[in-house]
Amino acid sequence: MARVEGEGALYIKIKDNAVVDVKLKIFEPPRFFEAFLRDRDFKEAPDITARICGICPVAYQMSAVHAMENALGANVNGQLRELRRLLYCGEWIESHVLHIYMLHAPDFLGYDDAIRMAKDHREIVERGLKLKKIGNQIVSLVGGREIHPINVKVGGFYKGFTKAELETLTENLKWARDAAYETVLWTSQFSFPDFERDYEFVSLSHPEEYPFNEGRIISNKGLDIKASEYEDHFEEIHVKHSTALHSVLKERDAYFVGPMARYNLNFDRLPAIAQEAAREAKLGKECRNPFKSIVIRSIETLFACEEALRIVSEYDKPKTPFQVIDVVEGEGFSCTEAPRGILFHRYKIDDCGKILDARIVPPTSQNQKTIENDLRAFVPQHIDLPDDKLTWQCEQAIRNYDPCISCSTHFLKLDVERS
Amino acid sequence: MTKKKPKLAVWKFASCDGCQLSLLDCEDDLLAVAQEIEIANFPEASRAVLKGPYDLSLVEGSITTPHDEERIHKIRKSSKFLVTIGACATSGGIQALRNFKDVNEFISIVYANPSYIETLKKSTAIADHVRVDFELRGCPINKAQLVDVISSYLNKRKPVTPAHSVCIDCKRKGIVCVMVSKGDPCLGPVTHAGCDALCPSYNRGCFGCYGPKENPNTGALSAELKRLGKTNEEILLAFRSFNAYADPFHKESEAHEE
Repeated sequence: MARVEGEGALYIKIKDNAVVDVKLKIFEPPRFFEAFLRDRDFKEAPDITARICGICPVAYQMSAVHAMENALGANVNGQLRELRRLLYCGEWIESHVLHIYMLHAPDFLGYDDAIRMAKDHREIVERGLKLKKIGNQIVSLVGGREIHPINVKVGGFYKGFTKAELETLTENLKWARDAAYETVLWTSQFSFPDFERDYEFVSLSHPEEYPFNEGRIISNKGLDIKASEYEDHFEEIHVKHSTALHSVLKERDAYFVGPMARYNLNFDRLPAIAQEAAREAKLGKECRNPFKSIVIRSIETLFACEEALRIVSEYDKPKTPFQVIDVVEGEGFSCTEAPRGILFHRYKIDDCGKILDARIVPPTSQNQKTIENDLRAFVPQHIDLPDDKLTWQCEQAIRNYDPCISCSTHFLKLDVERS
Repeated sequence: MTKKKPKLAVWKFASCDGCQLSLLDCEDDLLAVAQEIEIANFPEASRAVLKGPYDLSLVEGSITTPHDEERIHKIRKSSKFLVTIGACATSGGIQALRNFKDVNEFISIVYANPSYIETLKKSTAIADHVRVDFELRGCPINKAQLVDVISSYLNKRKPVTPAHSVCIDCKRKGIVCVMVSKGDPCLGPVTHAGCDALCPSYNRGCFGCYGPKENPNTGALSAELKRLGKTNEEILLAFRSFNAYADPFHKESEAHEE
């Protein structure tokens, strides 16, 4: 499978013109993060877990520091919290724009890749590359570098920033906000298959903000829990064809995380400009066609540009770039919104800060069952297509979820019993 | 008469994907690079696949499964020039932490059905299996160095990736030594340059993500870390991270096992 992050393949079995089986096979070799996190120091969690994914390392760093701070009974607030949101804005912009322009748009316009697309639509591709670059600039500045930032620590940051340093981003962010708005309009004009299902959308929810780092975990079918209750309601199943575990809601089965879930559950928290763009794109407050995820990703990119501008303009340099936190034993939980959806971390640490146990549930594994169910519903509708066209349509359907496959192979399910 | 463009292929093994993403992060240079080289096989970026042999192959990720052990040989055979990119490919990566433990225990910790999982005891570098023409260090690699490697290949010259320590770059940038001035542990004296002294410029000690420099004096650094009050366990963890299985770091961490 191409234009997804990581190694995966699609298997469809058709017999007498009926779909007999659909499998999303994951070949990603397991790296066993949760196993080797044991016996490491709690301060290493953000740097180590970042290596789970090169596209969304900030998401791992955020979930890691929030979970550790939860274990230590600490709360990082004020401008340090705003800086974390700013960093997350940078990642959302970079990740979403990579996906929209380079991985998904070529499907809608009939190109094998963005380079070929650039031959006919050079200015559009250049707009995408410039927009992605601005997302990366935020991450480079606040995080130190674009991939595997080095400035994030439990308690805050190693190095702080003056307002003037952050304001170097402002001009570019204003351009980015306009470019993101154009991206919403551009993607809204693509041709979308008529496809909807009755999904259970799951995302964070916060009383005031469009969610990034904090909130309760909710769904459109009645779920409303704290991050610490995640494992009471969700479980993972190990299937033979995938080294990525399938995540389900204990009460109800498959569910859907990511931009469309966030949008449907938090529309009212979007700033005016994003809501306006949604209206102009003829997208209601709710959307259940996963092919339109590309438009919703564009709206979230616009939100992230607007939010970054707000944070920079309201920024007031804190006295120190981090809070000092005493080390105590404990167990901590967190759930933050990676570009692809909710990312859950849990850690147990001893009184010296050594990690005893770790559990990490990435968004893509949470969408796997839903992706397969989508394909099961989608393939029969297109069964008359020649194989190569059917394959491409199915790949496009999988890319609706912007799957991050390297991430999706890292989970902890059992404890080893020693006698 | 137009000259045929050399064919580029990008391959993935056990990795986070960050190093190949660096190529897509060359926003200003990407279209220019695509003018000079044919992107023939780069699944993350394109559905189009041109058959080998390939002129230049970039390999990311470490070898961790029997299937991958075979696959790397096929890739070597179909590549004229093979460049490994990133700590996973050059030293086995952070996942080489399994090499110091029992992988069967790891499997049973993570997977309910261990019989579905096929994996090797160790995570190893690409060069442990096939001849490698050039190694680009980093976790992740520096994208400017990646463009330099591709440009060097096209112009038949040696890439500019000095193997001296991070300390040299700190001195060049006028950064006050974090170890001397604050007592922060720093692997800079034994770590390969390439990041432009990134961590010291952000008020923290280097943690060695570019791997060992040429001829590192890891024993002397350990003695200094001890003098700063670090325990054997802390020194062991410092050397046993993203390049844990690179020989000098591997040996130094073992010297501190209790």
